[in-house]
Order: sequence, then C-alpha cells, then structure tokens
Amino acid sequence: MKKLVIALFVFAMLAGCSSNGGGNPAGDGYKIGLHYELTGEVADYGNAELEGSKLAIKLMNQKLGEDKYESVEYDNTSSTTEAVTISTKLVQDGVIGVVGPATSGASAATYQVLDGAGIPVISPSATANNVTQKNPDDENSEVYNSVFRICFEDSYQGAAMAQFAYDTLNAKRVVIYGDSTTDYAKGLTQAFTDQFHKLGGTVVATEYYVAKDTDFNGTLTKIKDMTYDALYIPGYYNEAGLIAKQARAMGIDCPIIGGDGFDSTTLVDLAGATALNDVYFTTAYTTVGASDALQAFIDAYKAEYNKEPGMFAALAFDATNLLMEACEKAGSNNPADIQKVLVDIEFDGITGSFSFDATHTPIKSVLVVELVDGVQASAVSVSPKM
Amino acid sequence: MVQFLQQIVNGLSLGSIYALIALGYTMVYGIIKLINFAHGDIYMLGAYVGFICTVQLGLGFFPALIIAMVTCAIIGVVIEKIAYKPLRNATRIAALITAIGVSYFLEASTQKIMGTSAHSFPDVLGTQTFNVLGVVISMKQIIIFVVTILLMLLLQYVVQKTKIGRAMRAVSVDADAAQLMGVNVNATISYTFAIGSALAGAAGVLVGIYYNTVSPLMGLVPGIKAFIAAVFGGIGIIPGAMFGGFFIGIVETLVTGYGSSLYKDAVVYIILIIILIVKPAGLLGKNVKEKV
Repeated sequence: MKKLVIALFVFAMLAGCSSNGGGNPAGDGYKIGLHYELTGEVADYGNAELEGSKLAIKLMNQKLGEDKYESVEYDNTSSTTEAVTISTKLVQDGVIGVVGPATSGASAATYQVLDGAGIPVISPSATANNVTQKNPDDENSEVYNSVFRICFEDSYQGAAMAQFAYDTLNAKRVVIYGDSTTDYAKGLTQAFTDQFHKLGGTVVATEYYVAKDTDFNGTLTKIKDMTYDALYIPGYYNEAGLIAKQARAMGIDCPIIGGDGFDSTTLVDLAGATALNDVYFTTAYTTVGASDALQAFIDAYKAEYNKEPGMFAALAFDATNLLMEACEKAGSNNPADIQKVLVDIEFDGITGSFSFDATHTPIKSVLVVELVDGVQASAVSVSPKM
Repeated sequence: MVQFLQQIVNGLSLGSIYALIALGYTMVYGIIKLINFAHGDIYMLGAYVGFICTVQLGLGFFPALIIAMVTCAIIGVVIEKIAYKPLRNATRIAALITAIGVSYFLEASTQKIMGTSAHSFPDVLGTQTFNVLGVVISMKQIIIFVVTILLMLLLQYVVQKTKIGRAMRAVSVDADAAQLMGVNVNATISYTFAIGSALAGAAGVLVGIYYNTVSPLMGLVPGIKAFIAAVFGGIGIIPGAMFGGFFIGIVETLVTGYGSSLYKDAVVYIILIIILIVKPAGLLGKNVKEKV
C-alpha cells in the first residue's frame, strides 16, 4: 500500500512537471528555459540552481510589477542524450533564452542545438576548460555565438589555489586527493599540479576517489604517514565533507584546500564544524562582507526555501538575472537581439561584476575563503601568476 | 605493519557492509534465479528509514535498526508481489529488466520525496576510539562488525535449522517438486525477499551511521560491489556471499593502501572476470552438470 501511495504521489508530481512544459509555439511571451539536472547523478547541483533561477524570476517579476517572465522547466536527468532532446523541445517552446545545465558535460551536449537555433544559453556552472568553444580540445577553435557561462574556468581556479597554497600557506609539499570521475576535478587537479610545479613545489602523491564513495579510510591511512604541508581535494562537497571528517578523525591536521565545489552548507553538515578549521577553498561567491545585493538575495532565498543558499543557487540567480537584464536592455524578446546585448554587457551580480572575454567566459577574480569552525571567516582575492 | 593492520581493520568494516548486501542478492538468486538489481536501492531505503527514525523521531540506534529492517522487509515483499511475481514464468531477461526498472523507480522517487542532496546522519554511537598496538579502531567499526556477524549467524540458523529455512532450500533445489511436497512456494519466496531486504536495510543503517551520510544514489556502487561479492563467493551460496563481501572489502582497501586508489574498482572487476573464467560457479560453488 505504501508503495502504491508513493507511486501515485510520484506520478502526480511528474504529471505536474510536464504540464509546465506544454507552452505555446514560438514568438510570444517572455519564456525562460530552465534546463537542469533535477534527477540522476548530479541532481543535487541542478536542483539548487533551479531554486536560484526561480527566485530570480520571481523577484524580477515583483520588481517589474507584472508577471512578465515565466519559466519553462525541464529535467535533463543528468544525461547528455536527454539534454539534447530537451534543447530541441526548448527551441519549439519559443524561449527567449536558456539557463543551465549545471554541469559541463550536459552543457556541451546542448550547445549545438541551441546555438544552431540562435537561442542564448547561459550556464551558471559549466567550468570545464574551453567548453564554450566548438572544439574544447583546441583553445583556438571557434566560439559558439550564443553560448555564455558566468563561472570561471577550472584551469584558472586550480592555478589560483596553487598560488595561494605556495605563497600564503607556505606549503612546499602537497598531496592531492581528487575525484577521478568528473571533468571538473580532473581539470582542477591538472591546473593545480602544473602551477604548483611551476612555482617550485612538489606534489608528493596524487590519489583518487570515485564520486559517491563514502569510505576514504584506506587512502587516508596511506596518506597519513607521508610528509606534506597541505591536502588538496578537488571535488564536490558531498565527498569532500566526508574526507575532511575522516581525515581529521585520523589525526591529519594540515590545511585542507579545495575548489568551489566545497561551497555548500552540506559540507559543514557532513564534516562537522570542528573538522573544518584550517580549510581554504577558491570560489567566486562568499558571504563574508556580503554586499547589500547579496544580503538581499540571502534573505529572499531563506524566506522562500527556508535554508541557506549555496554557490550553485547564487550562480543560477546571477545567470537568470543576466538573461533578463539583457532582455530588458534589448527591449525585445527576440533571441538574436538578446545575444547581441550579452556579448558586450557589463553585469553587476552577487557573484561579482564582470564582462565577457572572447570565449564568453567572465573575467572575474578568484576569492580564497577560509573556514573557521565551518564558518566563512575571511576572503582574499588571488590571481595566479601565469 | 601497523599500517597494514589498520588497512585490514578498514577493509573488514567496509567488507561487512558488502557482505550484508551480498546476502540478499545471493538468497534471491538462489531461490528464483533472479539478479535483483533493485537490491542496492533497498539498502538505500533502509538508510533513509534509519535517518528518519533517528532525526525526526529521535530514536536510538537499535530501535532505528529494527524499524529499518522491518520496513525494508515489507518493501522487499511488496516489490516482489508487484514487479516480479507476475513474471515468474516469463523469460529471465524480462525479470532482470524489470529489476533495473524498479531500481530506477526507487532512486527517482527518493530524489523527489526526500530531495536530491545528501543528508547527514546524527552521531548516535559516539566517536569513541580504541588504540590497540597503534591500530585505531572506532566504536562504530566494532559495532558494524559485531552486528554483521550476529545477523549472519542468525541467518545461518534460520536457513539451516528452521522450517522456513528448510522450505527455502527445497524451493531453491526444485520449486515444482517442493510444491508437490506441500511447500507453499509463494510464501517461501516472499520470506526470502523479506529476509534479504531486511539485511540490506540493516546495512543501510550501519553505513548511514558509520559514514554519517545518506543520499538517494548511495545504493548504486555498493550494490554492484556486493553483486560481485556474491558472484565471487558463488551466487546462491550464503557462506560464499559472506566470504566474498569481506574479501572484496579487504582487497579494495589494500589496493588503495599499497597500489593506487585510481585502480581499486578496476582490480575488483578484474577479480570478477578472472573468477568467471576460472571458476564460473564461484569460489565456494560446485560445478553441477545439468542433465538434459
């Protein structure tokens, strides 16, 4: 019986979702396509971004005093094939632009369809190197006209952390313990290693885990007896939180450093506040010394969802606002006009003010945030010496 | 040496979990020759039930463990009745694909209902650790190991000494003959699902507490590793599943400790392939020639 109730419940919800997708054919209205990973492996990030996007649309409509913008939400199930299908649907729905997907893999899969249709697509967090270009293996290849992202590249962020670790933490020997399954972590590992070597440091060992692992004791026991000054964990908070907890429990007390994948309250839940001392990570978004705009976002988010926003929600909030701002500036709901505005826009968001470089990647500074008892205590701006 | 012993301790606690999940795979396979791919997700549901019991109802470890086991047993039986029973006489591949479908259904439903993010499990067992000759053993590791061993002994008793157990063994040898002898085959299959799912539920709670995290897709990888453990020991053979579980857990930690962590999963799968080539019936399995 319980199963049946759950089944009915789920079917009701699925039916509810698909009715959003109906929509009118192209041409009228101000529909924003939200193309996120709502189920499947990386659903956690997609759902956080969906919340950020919906909040942005709601606040914008309140500001305008009319229900001008509406969202068309789809779940790409964290799969690249589904991401392509949904992109085609979004074209048929006649959206003014698309925000999403959260991850680089799914994003790359959508670009051919959406760019072909000339619909601007802004990813909040597709950080893989050169993902906005037609051949990501070649950094000089042609850039997709309609593709934008508002996060910095993995290579930039990894290099910035190497610089910070070497200069500020005075770490000369580092152990890397990264995720072997995501492009994000692989990109960070590569960039960190390159920059750290260039500065004259030594990477003592590079170990790997697999996303969704929960047992890190084997590797940590091995790492424990090595000589090193810091532990770099390129990966996301679900695993990083557990690694930090298990490492501290085992007596590994060196600084733990990481990327913007650390930025979530889940990290604190999983690791526990006491494990999160002497922890540093790179990010574009910090609550330390929050600006008025950022504070307003945090308050609105808490009021709407009854929880603290994370980096993913903040980036999605900015990406969605960027699209709407471009639409307002263009004074039109024609995707081609919006694309033209986006290329030269000066955007002032909660994750920083930026304009786009030639590859439609933002030029923004990297912040290194320090955690003390799990709370963000300070933030410094770092730029890697290339 | 200390590091080696420490890795063995790590491997034993990881192996306990694999063994508990592997038992469910092996029991179901033994009785209806179905590889129940939804089994890893039952384990996940067990962890969530444990999470709800401890966080929202404020219960302690043992009540949470019992409630999770009972709930999972019921869910296991319901799944069997709805999804597998109508396919009892269908081709094996149909049942297998249904099992994969059930697995997706459970994962997606949990993501919809409980949210996609990981929840942290409260520390109901404390963080006490013991230092034995330099090897650090935590209270949690001891409890996981002891609970696993107790549950296995209980299972062995049920299968070998009770009437239900005898019926299970009879059905697994020949379901039709067992029915002719007056064994209620449907009820026996339900019992098997109930017991296997209860063990997975227990594993879920233990993992939730040990690693203090639950997430909707947590069953995926342990489910596959446990399946390998079951095949390794000889699928359908209960002591084989226990042995396989501990073996895979220890191999994984030793590969990480002395080889490269990048290859730990690869090594586990290579072992599976070698076993399938050299001894297809598993380490403890007997090669039974089918009479035509």
